[in-house]
Amino acid sequence: MTAAVRPLGMVHVMWAVLQRELSLGLRQKGEVLTPLMFFMVIASLFPLGVGADSALLLRMAPGVLWVSAMLAAMLSLQRMFATDYADGSLEQMVLSPTPLALLVLSKSIAHFLLSGLPLVLVAPLLGVQFGLDSRALGILMLSLLLGTPTLSLIGSIGAALTLGVRGAGVLLSLLILPLYIPVLIFGAGAVEADAAGLGFGGHFSLLAALLILSLFFSPFATAAALRISLE
Amino acid sequence: MNKRAISWFKFASPQNFYHLAGRMWPWFAGLAAVLASVGLWISFFVAPIDAQQGQGYRIIFVHVPASQMAMFIYLVMAGWSAFGLAFNTRLSGMMASALAPTGALFAFLSLLTGALWGKPMWGTWWVWDARLTSTLILLFLYMGFMALQASIDDPRRADKACGVLAVVGAVNVPIIYFSVQWWNTLHQGASVSLKGSSMATPMLLGMLIMVLAFWMYAIAMGLVRVRSIILERERHTEWVKHAVA
Repeated sequence: MTAAVRPLGMVHVMWAVLQRELSLGLRQKGEVLTPLMFFMVIASLFPLGVGADSALLLRMAPGVLWVSAMLAAMLSLQRMFATDYADGSLEQMVLSPTPLALLVLSKSIAHFLLSGLPLVLVAPLLGVQFGLDSRALGILMLSLLLGTPTLSLIGSIGAALTLGVRGAGVLLSLLILPLYIPVLIFGAGAVEADAAGLGFGGHFSLLAALLILSLFFSPFATAAALRISLE
Repeated sequence: MNKRAISWFKFASPQNFYHLAGRMWPWFAGLAAVLASVGLWISFFVAPIDAQQGQGYRIIFVHVPASQMAMFIYLVMAGWSAFGLAFNTRLSGMMASALAPTGALFAFLSLLTGALWGKPMWGTWWVWDARLTSTLILLFLYMGFMALQASIDDPRRADKACGVLAVVGAVNVPIIYFSVQWWNTLHQGASVSLKGSSMATPMLLGMLIMVLAFWMYAIAMGLVRVRSIILERERHTEWVKHAVA
């Protein structure tokens, strides 16, 4: 009955980190709900700003919803490492035998599940307000589903670089938003391309390519940035 | 062979490089001044009037070199950053941060001259065309780099963090460029390519000389700025006290 004490496998550790992040996030419901409400408020401001012309709103809808989703995802990025940095658990993660890049990947996935996925689920509601039909809504949701994980992954680099820096919030958006541009172009472009009869396959393929690229590279960059921030 | 390696790394020390840069920058600055005078003379007085664009095309002699340098300096900056991250040399980070303002200046100059050129040619100051937009994004990347540098107090940490950012940015630059190009394009095609050029010889010559002048200016400014950065970072050392005394 002697269970040998073995170090946990990498997958177990990743899973544990993911569960921890999710339960921490769900216990502080504000962290999930605030960006979501921010998303809805921002998207609702556009019709008030440009007028209620339904043809204009219909044309703007994909871009407006995508930009709002980006800003909302950005809002919660800063907390990705800040609380762990404050209570010292981030240092433990850096010291742990599991590669830091894998732990970072878990945290990025958790960030997507807590901030990206709710946006995907709420987006159709806002899309209806802008007059999108059901086909466009479906494409919008799918493009957000493919694109928001990339936002979390690229965003984690910025969150790690600005850890413990003064004015981190504004700085983070200055660093990361330019890097989000390709996702915005192909995400919002998918809906428009389909409306123009060009098909959305190419845009979705490129979104998926961006996702795969960032899935592979950004955990390493984030891990390097975290090591620099904790020096 | 071993000896050569040592002499190369001799200038990786800020102290030695400070003196080397001090001897080098006046030459580059002088070359920049001479080349710019020759280039401007050719571009204003020798190059013929363009058949379609009249005198207005002459802004190309500043616009094209500025755009090229803006892109190229970012790559050099990322190269220094990668070198600094890999070999942990202090000077690399200083070089990267010395080049950033010059690169940002060229990106801004490229946008400004582009706007001034676009007004008579296209009838508008700004179009959301692929190259304009990607140069604007490049300017944002430079600003992000400088903002990150400015907001971290510890210079070593700032250098490394900016290094990661520059490398990530350099990986993204082609992706951004092609996505923006896909998104929209209306800019005229490139007039200089490896196969040959669609320009008259004096125009091409003037432009190449201006490109060289901008190169020399960028190198001179980089060296001057890295000297100030070295002095600022090493102000507690003995040799700086002697150097500025």
